[in-house]
Amino acid sequence: MSVPSHLNFYIDASRCIGCQACVQACTECDTHKGHSMIHLETVDRAHSTQTIPVICMHCDSPTCAEVCPADAIKRSEDGVVQSARKPRCIACNNCVLACPFGVPKMQVEFELMMKCDMCYDRSSVGLKPMCASVCPSQALFFGTREEIEALRPQAAPIDRFQFGNQTITTKVKMMGPKSVAGQRPEHIDVTAAMEEHAPPRSVSLGVLNGAR
Amino acid sequence: MSNPPSNLLPILDRFGPHVARSGPMRLATDAEPDRLVKTHCCFCGQQCGIQLKVKDNVVTGFEPWYDFPFNRGMLCPKGVKRYLQGAHPDRLLTAFKRDANAPEGFSPMGYQEAIARVAAEIARIQKAYGNSAMGVLSGASLTVEKAYLMGKFARVCLKTPYIDYNGRLCMVSAGAGNKKAFGIDRAANPWSDIPKAELIWISGANVAECAPITTEYVWQARDNGAKIIVVDPRITPLARTCDLFLPVKPGRDIALFNGVLHLMIEKGWIDRPFIEQFTVGFDKVAEHVASWNPAKTAEVTGIPERLIRQAAEWWGTAKTSFLMHARGIEHHSHGVQNVLGAINIVLASGRIGREGCGYGTITGQANGQGGREHGQKCDQLPGWRDISNPEHRAHIAKLWGIAEPDLPGPGVDCYEMFRKIDAGEIKGLISLCFNPMVSLPDNSFIARALGKLEFYVTIDFFMNETARHADIVLPGSLQEEDEGVVTQIEGKVIKINKAVECPGDARQDWKIVQDIAAALERPTGFTFDSPRAIFDELRTASKGGVADYSGITYEKIERQYGVCWPCYSESPDGKPIDHPGTPRLFEPNSWNPIAKGAGPYYFPDGKARFNVAPYTPPAEVTDAEYPLMLTTGRVVSQFLSGTQTRRIGPLVDQYPEPRIEMHPRLAETMGIKDGDWVTAESRRGDCTLRAMVVTTIRPDTIFIPYHWPGRKSANQLTISAQDPISKIPEYKVCAARVRKADGPPEWAGRLEPQQG
Repeated sequence: MSVPSHLNFYIDASRCIGCQACVQACTECDTHKGHSMIHLETVDRAHSTQTIPVICMHCDSPTCAEVCPADAIKRSEDGVVQSARKPRCIACNNCVLACPFGVPKMQVEFELMMKCDMCYDRSSVGLKPMCASVCPSQALFFGTREEIEALRPQAAPIDRFQFGNQTITTKVKMMGPKSVAGQRPEHIDVTAAMEEHAPPRSVSLGVLNGAR
Repeated sequence: MSNPPSNLLPILDRFGPHVARSGPMRLATDAEPDRLVKTHCCFCGQQCGIQLKVKDNVVTGFEPWYDFPFNRGMLCPKGVKRYLQGAHPDRLLTAFKRDANAPEGFSPMGYQEAIARVAAEIARIQKAYGNSAMGVLSGASLTVEKAYLMGKFARVCLKTPYIDYNGRLCMVSAGAGNKKAFGIDRAANPWSDIPKAELIWISGANVAECAPITTEYVWQARDNGAKIIVVDPRITPLARTCDLFLPVKPGRDIALFNGVLHLMIEKGWIDRPFIEQFTVGFDKVAEHVASWNPAKTAEVTGIPERLIRQAAEWWGTAKTSFLMHARGIEHHSHGVQNVLGAINIVLASGRIGREGCGYGTITGQANGQGGREHGQKCDQLPGWRDISNPEHRAHIAKLWGIAEPDLPGPGVDCYEMFRKIDAGEIKGLISLCFNPMVSLPDNSFIARALGKLEFYVTIDFFMNETARHADIVLPGSLQEEDEGVVTQIEGKVIKINKAVECPGDARQDWKIVQDIAAALERPTGFTFDSPRAIFDELRTASKGGVADYSGITYEKIERQYGVCWPCYSESPDGKPIDHPGTPRLFEPNSWNPIAKGAGPYYFPDGKARFNVAPYTPPAEVTDAEYPLMLTTGRVVSQFLSGTQTRRIGPLVDQYPEPRIEMHPRLAETMGIKDGDWVTAESRRGDCTLRAMVVTTIRPDTIFIPYHWPGRKSANQLTISAQDPISKIPEYKVCAARVRKADGPPEWAGRLEPQQG
């Protein structure tokens, strides 16, 4: 069985409300029951309620697999990058350090790298992964390209990411605003974005400092 | 008499709250469940559909219910982990009696013996002091069947006027405001109208944390091009990316609504034809808001004038819109006026009763809607009837088989009941689904009042903080151990299905109440054999009332994924019909039993009412001694008084203990850093908690979530001032001050996070 090719995973961080439903539901998935593979990042709680859910992006050429000395990480033909195989994984942490998205988790108690496998037991039979099933904001969305285009006309899915000199294409897509011309942005330059300041769209209580 | 043991530790050891986590059976990945039960979440008013996995009479997990239209599989963290409340080590498996010799304060007793004792005490108290010396407290998390039964039990079995419910802390301001303006009290629109609106106005509602699934509807509206306005003293997760954020001073919402209406009138942004055809009272309101110019509005609300002008322009010129509010504007000593102010700007816009033009309050508790319709409220009879209305009284008395004069008159709100307990008028109390030691304001008064009761019996599945004061605790049922209906946020009646049997001596709450009636030798009217039988009587009782459920059946609910009331069993000319229910109220040509075709609103002339909503400041304004405003609310991982959610490990981990949110500008003046122990004080009490220093709150306001008990309770500080109409307490604003604490509180390191 494999994940049907018409079903895709889309992340829209602008929708995330930090409720942790994804984190809690991830622990209910049979492939890694009791352990959440989601990274729900709180960006800067002192100044914002912003949070960003990070699941495995399921890269076309997964860096985690490329750096694995034990060849423990497999990408199945449907493009899902699986958790490390227990008999092979030597818990060396290479994948944890190398993944540009910071996804794999070293489970010290099992001496095993575990990561999001898109709830393979569910997605491989056409069911939504747990996180995207429950996500109350649908920041995590699992469905067809036609559905996402109809539901989110102002956003475009992006699957190319630039980290310095490394270009990564992924199975999971990140929703970004369409450019002014309504064109789909080519890629997200992650390292360049790290230098940028918060977008002006962010709401702040600065209004209270201003004159009436 | 009813005081808990002074040493808390033995009672915590025996009864918790302890946290439950997934054990072997629930973690097993190869254990196929015996069955999946389609039902709903046990927590908030959205009532998300969920499938519970059941194995060996234990709920072992969940599977999303994708087909249920409201949430389509979506759940918040509470819904995801709710299954951990079942098979819980703290579960009450027998009745308990107060035992001064037991370190934990209680010893187990047989169920029949407990019922006999309860009946004997009720009989004794009523013989000595009269029927009205007994009081009943119930709750809006109960099914409609149980809520109906509790109202009937108080009036018919106990013959006391004193029943009220915890919806008093929740929905009553919205209810009273809607009744005054529309003649009916229900969200006017299905949530499917939200994504069809081009402007969403959210006042006093932390949607992302308190009604998380509603977030998706709001975001879908935004993705369809809508603008979003949020009015709140805090930048909530939903407010973070809204188009216009109005940082209102707690308790000043009515001033904002009046100011917006002022601008709408001045600029001609009102729907004159709608106002003339469908409403009355506009001129008086227009006259009243004439003085609410933007400068005055800005001064009172603390919102910059340009933002008020922007909000009024967007609201005034929108073609479609959805306005929603929640406890943020309702938990005030002028909560009803706030609601009326909100309704005034909706009516002036003419955007109601149509697709994509909506208004609604966001229901809090599971059955916050249905629980306020069928008679557990002190002034109400089933079908949203009025206990003071002779016609309504005669109708229900006849159905209940009693003489109309024997039906007690209106009682008092739940807080006033505690004042009556304190004054010695109410001597005995029965409670179900209510934890006032955590949920009522100024809770040291509540403890004092409970101590004066001659007899207190509570029905619960866990020993909650109020149950510790009881003489007898009867083991009740969890939501998944019973069936019945609940009316959710959209006014849609949905069906709770039984997944497992009650463990041990525990049994369904309605059986316990009927057992008490039988032991009192007053069984007439309390011999139902099933929730369905109760529902059938309720359908008849509600027939002809505003909240008409007579056309709803369990089967129709299942077939339609819920039925919105009113759902009639007869056409206006008296012929039996198969009515589908009423998803959207106030459609221009709609019929209702009050207007009888005169118009879409539930008054004899069919017209909606504008109501003058004068601004008054909060009951307690800030001064030099208490210069800050304290506001309280919820976090996403906890629910209400935490009786259930403080016993679920993963939810406790997510937000273990309450913290005091404050702005760095305030914190700096006292040398407070994030994570420091801080003491917050009001004229009623104090509590020492860790600081959470964030720029997402007004610098003149502090926020404490209220789910925790004892010395961690925000309600040690809150004020018991109440709205004069709805009697809702003013949880959302009182005067307070903070200082760096002298040291950690005495419980630090001694009690687990969820305990208190």
